[in-house]
Amino acid sequence: MTQSRLDGNALAGNLSEIFRVDITAAFGQCTHCKNGGPVAETWVFSSAAGMVARCPVCAEVVLRLVRDTGRAWLDLSGLDCLQIAIPDDPPPA
Amino acid sequence: MARAAVLGRLTWRVATVVAVRPENARAVTIVLDVPGWPGHLAGQHVDLRLTAEDGYQTQRSYSVASAPDGDQVELTVVEVDDGEVSEYLTTTVAAGDQLEVRGPVGGWFVWRPDAPGPFRPVMLVAGGSGLVPLMAMIRVRAESAAKAPFRLVYSVRDTGSLLYREELDRLSRKDGGLHVTFAFTRTAPPGSAWRAGRITARLLAEAGWPSVDEPDVFVCGPTGFVESAANLLVDLGHDPQRIRTERFGSPGGRP
Repeated sequence: MTQSRLDGNALAGNLSEIFRVDITAAFGQCTHCKNGGPVAETWVFSSAAGMVARCPVCAEVVLRLVRDTGRAWLDLSGLDCLQIAIPDDPPPA
Repeated sequence: MARAAVLGRLTWRVATVVAVRPENARAVTIVLDVPGWPGHLAGQHVDLRLTAEDGYQTQRSYSVASAPDGDQVELTVVEVDDGEVSEYLTTTVAAGDQLEVRGPVGGWFVWRPDAPGPFRPVMLVAGGSGLVPLMAMIRVRAESAAKAPFRLVYSVRDTGSLLYREELDRLSRKDGGLHVTFAFTRTAPPGSAWRAGRITARLLAEAGWPSVDEPDVFVCGPTGFVESAANLLVDLGHDPQRIRTERFGSPGGRP
């Protein structure tokens, strides 16, 4: 089966198992080329083993995610930083 | 389940198929009842998990097609060659069946009718089944008070492959705020404004918004389609930061 290229939107389900805020809308900075952009715009390759996200500018790996029974492995070493939008809490009622 | 709910972690829920509606010869809309569905934004998707009798599990992502409506969630699935899941969903699933879903997920490829900030027109560019999340945006717009004007360019093989044809016609007749252009890639019906073929910069320029209007642009479809459309839009002067994309991978859609 050929491995077709998706994008970071496809990471949303597996990342939402781990994080309470949506990480696909976060802006990440690539460790390799220092370019930044939303996680949703990375190139994603998915296989039975897991998911790999590559920087759309330099094509280096920015994120790897493997899910197995009862655990997940998440490698973010290809990202220097994630900027995550967090809405302010509404004022107390 | 109660503990997971307290932690707020995304978990699988059992959904019941309420109805299966044919959309065309190869596509169906599956109406699901998902108890406790928290609602969704237009453009979000769900993961769907199937378990075979021997325990083999597989999962796929499908965009939600419908506007939020209580516990009901509609998914439109197009049958893809060699797509084991899409074949099952389009030919076998029936009312009363149960499926596991989790979601909604995805916070990037979404349109909010009440987004703060300056008023912006919206341009939607769909390739094949990439129309599905864009249709959720059109439906949310139709139901909301905020009437940002929409222009949809829908690239599709031929008339037999169209999704939501009647609804698109009805909504665009009802309200001048939705303009729809069909761009047929294989066979254009007689009287079409555009010859059959891949979308071009000229088509996007004439059927969409000029870049000076600074529309929010959403492009969804197979990976090759999305990238060529996004490149054409950038060439036309659209700010790449206002172009949001979602790629389905293979040309046929989600396997």
